[in-house]
Amino acid sequence: MTQTMLNLHEMEISFGPQHPSTHGVLRVMVKIDGERIVDAKPIIGYLHRGTEKLFENMNYPQCVPHTDRLDYVASATSNEGFVGAVEKLLGITDQIPRRAKIIRVMLAELQRLSSHLLWLATHAIDLGAMTPFFYTFRERELILDLFEDYCGARLTLNCMRIGGQADDVNAQWLQKLADFLGIFDAALDEYESLLTTNRIWRKRTVGIGVITPEDAIDWGLTGPPLRGSGIEWDIRRAFPYEVYSDLKFEIPVGRNGDTYDRYLCRMEEMRQSKKILEQCVTMIADTKEGDLKAKVSRVIRPAEGEAYFSVECPKGELGYYIIADGKNPNAYRCHVRPPSFVNLSALPDLVKGHLVADMVAVIGTIDIVLGEVDR
Amino acid sequence: MSATLPVVASMFGSIPEPIVNYVIWPTTKFVIAFAVIMGIVAFTTLVERRVLGFMQARLGPNRVGPQGILQFVADPIKLLLKEDIVPAGAQKAAYFIAPMLPIIPAFLAFCLIPFGPPPTFAIADVNVGLLLVLALTSTGVYGIILGGWASNNKFSLLGGLRSAAQMVSYEVPFGLSIVGVLMLTGSLSLVEIVRYQEQSVWNVLPQLIGCFIFLVAMTAEVNRAPFDLPEAESELVAGFHTEYSGMKFAFFFLAEYASMLVNACLIVLLFFGGWTAAIAGHGLTTAAMQSMGWLGMILGFLIFGAKVAFFMILYIWFRGTFPRYRFDQLMDLGWKWMIPLALANIVVTGLVILIAQSGGAS
Repeated sequence: MTQTMLNLHEMEISFGPQHPSTHGVLRVMVKIDGERIVDAKPIIGYLHRGTEKLFENMNYPQCVPHTDRLDYVASATSNEGFVGAVEKLLGITDQIPRRAKIIRVMLAELQRLSSHLLWLATHAIDLGAMTPFFYTFRERELILDLFEDYCGARLTLNCMRIGGQADDVNAQWLQKLADFLGIFDAALDEYESLLTTNRIWRKRTVGIGVITPEDAIDWGLTGPPLRGSGIEWDIRRAFPYEVYSDLKFEIPVGRNGDTYDRYLCRMEEMRQSKKILEQCVTMIADTKEGDLKAKVSRVIRPAEGEAYFSVECPKGELGYYIIADGKNPNAYRCHVRPPSFVNLSALPDLVKGHLVADMVAVIGTIDIVLGEVDR
Repeated sequence: MSATLPVVASMFGSIPEPIVNYVIWPTTKFVIAFAVIMGIVAFTTLVERRVLGFMQARLGPNRVGPQGILQFVADPIKLLLKEDIVPAGAQKAAYFIAPMLPIIPAFLAFCLIPFGPPPTFAIADVNVGLLLVLALTSTGVYGIILGGWASNNKFSLLGGLRSAAQMVSYEVPFGLSIVGVLMLTGSLSLVEIVRYQEQSVWNVLPQLIGCFIFLVAMTAEVNRAPFDLPEAESELVAGFHTEYSGMKFAFFFLAEYASMLVNACLIVLLFFGGWTAAIAGHGLTTAAMQSMGWLGMILGFLIFGAKVAFFMILYIWFRGTFPRYRFDQLMDLGWKWMIPLALANIVVTGLVILIAQSGGAS
């Protein structure tokens, strides 16, 4: 009887896919009672392009530009994961020249900065703070200029090759990078002065979307959503790739697992990335210029086998699982483990009982990119 | 009054004095004031964008006319040419009335605000002017609620609901915050309140808490950041005006800026000495300005304008600085902090006045 009665308290709204703060084309069907969220169901697939299937029908080098389109605000790390997986499949991971590895780390860390800056910009504007958006874009522009100088592209970089790097960096570029790193700390302090101790910012983020460490592990979260809950887990430290084992950096962790802690985590991560970049600038001086590529056959045809390789992309663990059949120059199957997709799965539990305004904060804090979620 | 303008007076020669004084003269002033205010309000939108641009390391509109100064003409033209969309399933009558509801009281309130020294700049010096202004500005919210409900859009509805929740939490401290001023000045006439301040000090000093509460509450009343909940774009798309387009949207927009201006005028009149620049009767008092003739009037107007401009820019500054409150947090702020604080302020003010009076009597 009660099931057939009209529910006059609850209202269902379709939050997105066209909405200013769903970070792309995420759609959340929200059941609300007043403004309190009773139930939320993310609906994805509006940006599905069948990337994994496409990978089966093109040879390995052709796949690299497509990885740019997965996490389109952090394409360097997407490249890094894919070429790393193929190199692992070929068994040439050890033969990659050190200079190429350092360049990869520099690109990846710059990409982490640019991705985190974009996250901060959108997260702040979701919570109504308009100004950080423009300040972070000011610095992001400098990073994109560095990318442009390196490989000609600003967003979809396609900057890594299987077996090494195509382009070298020169003294001019390194100087430009050093100049940028010189101003970056002051820029970070400027953003923090607007947000970190701001009463309203704290009210909107402290205690919102709390993830317990157990839940974080159970849900398979990675990246800042996991570290914000106090678990020190970073692929760069757990399974060091490229030259990360030679670099000194800390893994910031939060304590309460709420939106505010994740915010602090990411801010500290940016400072650590800056330190890594500074070390890279000195480390690269000891390597031979132009030594960028391992020997790789013109047609890449790995022996039958499979490989999983993951990198710490700005949003968490980005893994590629490739199966080769040993006969064809393309993958038999390629699976992408996108951090955004896994982290997004926590959304319904995080927003239940909160208000509509908090859902915007939670979507912002788990930092999703729909290109990666839908693939 | 007509003595100050002999030419106008001779034009009205055959008309009885009361009609000139109470109908024609105020109407003329209102029409002029309306045109000027309309210009100022439209111009504020440009100022806001430029000032925000300056704060946010960007340019802001700078294409139309020198330094983008004609943008405020281009915007209304654009809005006039836009299609006027009525969503299917909208409550037509309510949908049409809603944009008018906030704009009429917002502009009507200007009749009661003295922009400069009386008699020239006070369109109507009503002895309960303050109450009337408060009553008028409070009605603006009905347009928002009605518009949110009539749009047949869930986001608009939520915006309207938020507006209602917001109104009950800020209106009370808004009214209570000025009680201290009324106790000090003993008058509800805005002109008298300014006269009181030029003879003692600006009310902001004895009524610092009241002034602060008023500042917060007035920001909430006009739905400006950090209290722009009804139109919170990152949550409710555009809140109550999601479905409005063209001139209907412009009406909401103008009403918001007009009530910003009304409230900026109010805080200047109540707490910052209005058009005067005087302490304890010394300096540019109303009487001094009146004795200077037209020059004094314009001087007073300019002083008033400068003070109001400061508060208008303060609104923009808030917007460039603060994140947005959540609506339950705003209600917390209103009920748990501002109302007790305002009541305490009244009690303390009353006690101080009592002590001062008994001290004077003994």
